[in-house]
Amino acid sequence: MPVEKFIRLVSGCVPLPEENVDTDQIIPARFLKATTRDGFGENLFYDWRYLNGGTANPDFVLNNPAYSGAVLVAGKNFGSGSSREHAAWAIYDYGFRVVISGSFADIFKNNALNVGLLPVQADESFVEALFAQLEIQPATQIAVDLESQHVSILPGGPVSHFEIDAYKKNCLLRGFDDVDYLLSRQTDIEAFEHGRNVYYE
Amino acid sequence: MAGKTIIDKIWDAHLVSGANGDPDILYIDRHFIHEVTSPQAFAGIKKRGCRVFRPGMTIATADHNVPTENQHLAIADDLSRMQVDALTQNCNEYGITLYGLNHPCNGIVHVIGPELGLTLPGMTIVCGDSHTATHGAFGAIAFGIGTSEVEMILASQCLIQSKPKRMRINILGTLQEGVDAKDIILYVISKISTSGAVGFFVEYAGPVITGTSMEERMTICNMSIEMGARGGLIAPDDVCFSYLKEKRHAPKGEEWERALAYWETLPSDEDAVFDKELVIEADHIEPMVTYGTNPGMGLGITGSIPVPGEVEDQSRASFEKSLQYMGFSPGERMLGKPVDYVFMGSCTNGRIEDLRSFASIVRGRKKADHVTAWIVPGSKQVEKEAEEEGLRAILEKAGFEMRQPGCSACLAMNDDKIPPGKYAVSTSNRNFEGRQGPGARTILASPMTAAAAAITGKISDPREFF
Ligand code: SF4
Repeated sequence: MPVEKFIRLVSGCVPLPEENVDTDQIIPARFLKATTRDGFGENLFYDWRYLNGGTANPDFVLNNPAYSGAVLVAGKNFGSGSSREHAAWAIYDYGFRVVISGSFADIFKNNALNVGLLPVQADESFVEALFAQLEIQPATQIAVDLESQHVSILPGGPVSHFEIDAYKKNCLLRGFDDVDYLLSRQTDIEAFEHGRNVYYE
Repeated sequence: MAGKTIIDKIWDAHLVSGANGDPDILYIDRHFIHEVTSPQAFAGIKKRGCRVFRPGMTIATADHNVPTENQHLAIADDLSRMQVDALTQNCNEYGITLYGLNHPCNGIVHVIGPELGLTLPGMTIVCGDSHTATHGAFGAIAFGIGTSEVEMILASQCLIQSKPKRMRINILGTLQEGVDAKDIILYVISKISTSGAVGFFVEYAGPVITGTSMEERMTICNMSIEMGARGGLIAPDDVCFSYLKEKRHAPKGEEWERALAYWETLPSDEDAVFDKELVIEADHIEPMVTYGTNPGMGLGITGSIPVPGEVEDQSRASFEKSLQYMGFSPGERMLGKPVDYVFMGSCTNGRIEDLRSFASIVRGRKKADHVTAWIVPGSKQVEKEAEEEGLRAILEKAGFEMRQPGCSACLAMNDDKIPPGKYAVSTSNRNFEGRQGPGARTILASPMTAAAAAITGKISDPREFF
């Protein structure tokens, strides 16, 4: 699916200081039965967000009206576990456009980039400073600039650089996706097929 | 120039291009799909108006949400049935081979690929499932992908991927009796943590590895993702070749000879350089159990749960939350803890050798009355073999019941859910909160340890059963 362009975002943040948040927490397996991509946001973090019986858990950050915005800030090793892209869909569908963490699981990072959700791997000291500030001032705004690969706490707070694959960055800036690119390279792919061992077919 | 690792050899042989700052285009030899992560990918190519580029290279099975009882009936759950129907429809429409429910080749995707000889050395293999690393046991580059990537494969048989770093984990020494492949990998993960191999592809090597069977290798490679690795593999050798020799889809005759000659060139060169090397001494490994809510929180079965501060890779808050979820306290021993459920199955430990190993402990004994046990073979073929070898009879005599193949309680998408607050000793691969059902408390272990728990109704050392 073509992705939405991402260039720069100024937004409030939702802090989730948990480490090793796995994809079973982001979207539990029992919600993976859909055959479309829509509506996963409703069940985002379901087992943390709702108490038994389906009432909102007042202790979970998504139910705390003090925090809002398109940026989720999470503890390190975010998105470990299953390859379900549904996790990235759920986060995106809920309204997030950026996830900031000290580190991400590989498959999650790929999946996020493929759906237009920007994973920002910031310095751990930056993430800590952001958590600390959000605790005192829940309405803190941050700026995420993809072009310059910087994320900063506004106004004039700490700044962190983040790495992103040059090709993926370009895709996001232009709203391009991998399938478009691969389809444009079909001749090369066919040429590759001709030149290889046949016993795998 | 330094030699090449097996990872580089296979990766480089599949690069369509990658020069001039273009991203790496990696050609994929084998693509497995299942009902849960493929429907949106088919919808995607349909929307773009493109065809499936190489339908013969994709193989489908229904496994994730299927019931493990009464598979001859229509699936009762509407949403699950719709997903399975969508898969069938898509496979028919695009000419993709489907080993659906009730087909004699049906089973968990990572169990059937190897047993049908669809998984071969030197291949690139992907599937919309993170445990695709299982196929690395054959000396293949195998890794899990998301649904957008499934769509890429359907459209072009290729993926855009950056090359992973390479790690080698050398397993030296000798294994104690009662300790198996599951214990090795749980031990490795407990040492390096769930993020210890992020960004890496891992080669497992050393005398302990070369001494393992193919099924044990699959168990080890299967859980590579649990330490954050993109995938894990083991160099193909005679053990691998003789496993494959007469398999249904393995090359035959002259083609076999040609393939073999190539496969023999795959092992890492002696002077190959890895980005990271680790050494693990197998003599120290005990039967392993997990005590927390990620697979890195594991310990030897006679050990005690650490106290906060002893755990380096996790913050105190995460550690405490995890123990609270499990209902355990720091410093407690795992031995003797009561168990309510036992799940024997999954792509980690649902193969015939796993059932044999489980049966070797339960033979002549009785299941504890209060334990509910689900024994779920990984495939139709495993189910059949278990029947023929008399394993089903041994299990039934001990009070167990064998169900029908599928992922089952590994991810609890079907009715096989562990109830809230209950303890399950499980031979699967993830002990995340709620993985086996909302509120379920999972203790990961080997088939032997699971069997010991099923008999005594508590965490027990399988070495005492010999
Ligand atoms: S058995 Fe579990 S880990 Fe394996 S493919 Fe099925 S759900 Fe995934």
